[in-house]
Amino acid sequence: MLLINDINKTYHSEEGDEVLALSDINLEMKDKEFVCFIGPSGCGKTTLLRIIAGLEKPDSGTIILHDEPIKGPGPDRGMVFQEYSLFPWRTVLKNITFSLEMKKVPKSQREDTARQYLELVGLSKFADSYPHELSGGMKQRVAIARALVNDPKVLLMDEPFGAVDAQTRNRLQQELLKIWERDKKTLLFITHSVDEAVYLADRVVVFTSRPGRIKEIFKIDLPRPRDRTSVDANVLRERLLSSLGAEMKNTID
Amino acid sequence: MDRGQGTKKRTLELASIATAIVIWEIVARIIDIKYILPSFTSVVSAFIGLVQDGELYRDIMTSLNYFVLGIGLAILVGIPIGTMMGWFKSIDRAVDPIIEMIRPIPPLAWIPFAILWFGLNKYAAGFVIFVGAVFPILINTYTGFKNTPKVLVESGKVLGCVKNKDIILRIALPSALPSIATGIRVGMGVGWMCVVAAEIFGVSTYGIGRKIWFWNDLHHMDMVLTYMLVLGMIALIIDRAFRYLVQVWWLKWQSGVVV
Repeated sequence: MLLINDINKTYHSEEGDEVLALSDINLEMKDKEFVCFIGPSGCGKTTLLRIIAGLEKPDSGTIILHDEPIKGPGPDRGMVFQEYSLFPWRTVLKNITFSLEMKKVPKSQREDTARQYLELVGLSKFADSYPHELSGGMKQRVAIARALVNDPKVLLMDEPFGAVDAQTRNRLQQELLKIWERDKKTLLFITHSVDEAVYLADRVVVFTSRPGRIKEIFKIDLPRPRDRTSVDANVLRERLLSSLGAEMKNTID
Repeated sequence: MDRGQGTKKRTLELASIATAIVIWEIVARIIDIKYILPSFTSVVSAFIGLVQDGELYRDIMTSLNYFVLGIGLAILVGIPIGTMMGWFKSIDRAVDPIIEMIRPIPPLAWIPFAILWFGLNKYAAGFVIFVGAVFPILINTYTGFKNTPKVLVESGKVLGCVKNKDIILRIALPSALPSIATGIRVGMGVGWMCVVAAEIFGVSTYGIGRKIWFWNDLHHMDMVLTYMLVLGMIALIIDRAFRYLVQVWWLKWQSGVVV
């Protein structure tokens, strides 16, 4: 269980202005749940994800994962970033073994494990390639494998498929669902796409624009595997869009 | 590039050099004063003579000895200081004013103190070369560390690399390597220029720079020109060799050619 309790976060700009990024965020996530965050740009959803990852500290409030308060980055949480984040000087395989090296797992064992995860994301052939030789979608698949190899309880994903083309994106979504169903991680996924949220998530959390608050939570109880074009999916998409649309309008005004 | 095109390019390059040599030779013969412009053929025969009696070899080794001494020290000093300044803001603030005070002083201005501190020996020469090479290395190391992408550091942290020492060695250093390599390359260029200057003030009777002045005093301009060309050629060889090594061993993960 991942508990987000009363999180508040304010940013101070260099001119001394204060921007309230997150206000009174409370959320409870069950184990193995797939939750999407959606909201206008700058609504603080990335900040919340980074707080959960331990990369930033909230001004007040706590995050509790399996009865342990989160104080900093830890192996129980993996993260896939929006930007390409592979280490360019390491081969694909060595990128995946990185966290195992930090844990001092013996070399042959960590390479075996890494190869399993590389196979999981379908890139076994590219074990010895360098990141610059991969396409954008392939880089993100390696980043997913790199996060999974550490066997985290929670996988945090910050718009991981934002920079890939639509077709690749659909494929990556399917692969992610396959992995999630196999490994049953708790998955927290930020997206801008209503379509992506409805296709992937058990629940979709809609954020308001500044300050970021939770506006509404949608339960997506469509049976899996889901049909992107079903009537039910369309109805949900429309409800989500109108909830989100009001926020988008606020941002523009 | 296919082979045919490569050969064509090579042919053009060789033709260009050959033309320059022919023009040089013709002009030198028209002027016909060896003191003003020695001809290509006289330089070649001077060169052959120097190679045959082993003098050139000794000069080159002497100069390289100073060079390696100075560059080696510059790397040993420049990279750690650049690293510390690039990574720790407080060290940057404390050390930067001092660096910025010393850096603009031309390396050759250090010659009096180099002699005073070390005497007329190879350490004085090495010191002048060190002063020339250390700042490009330091500053490029600094820039490399400063520009470590934030997302790579954070990826590392999320993957369990949280100690400062680990982040520096496993993330910031490899990320800064292209910039450090550039710094070493620029530093070697400046350092090689300092070799000539360092040798002029008489740390030994051998050395390429030393011989330029020796033969100049004797008005043997064909010898002067020979040593000048040797200086250039060695700089070229060092630079090419370094670039090759860096690309093969250090930075084969990079897509394009950076250094």
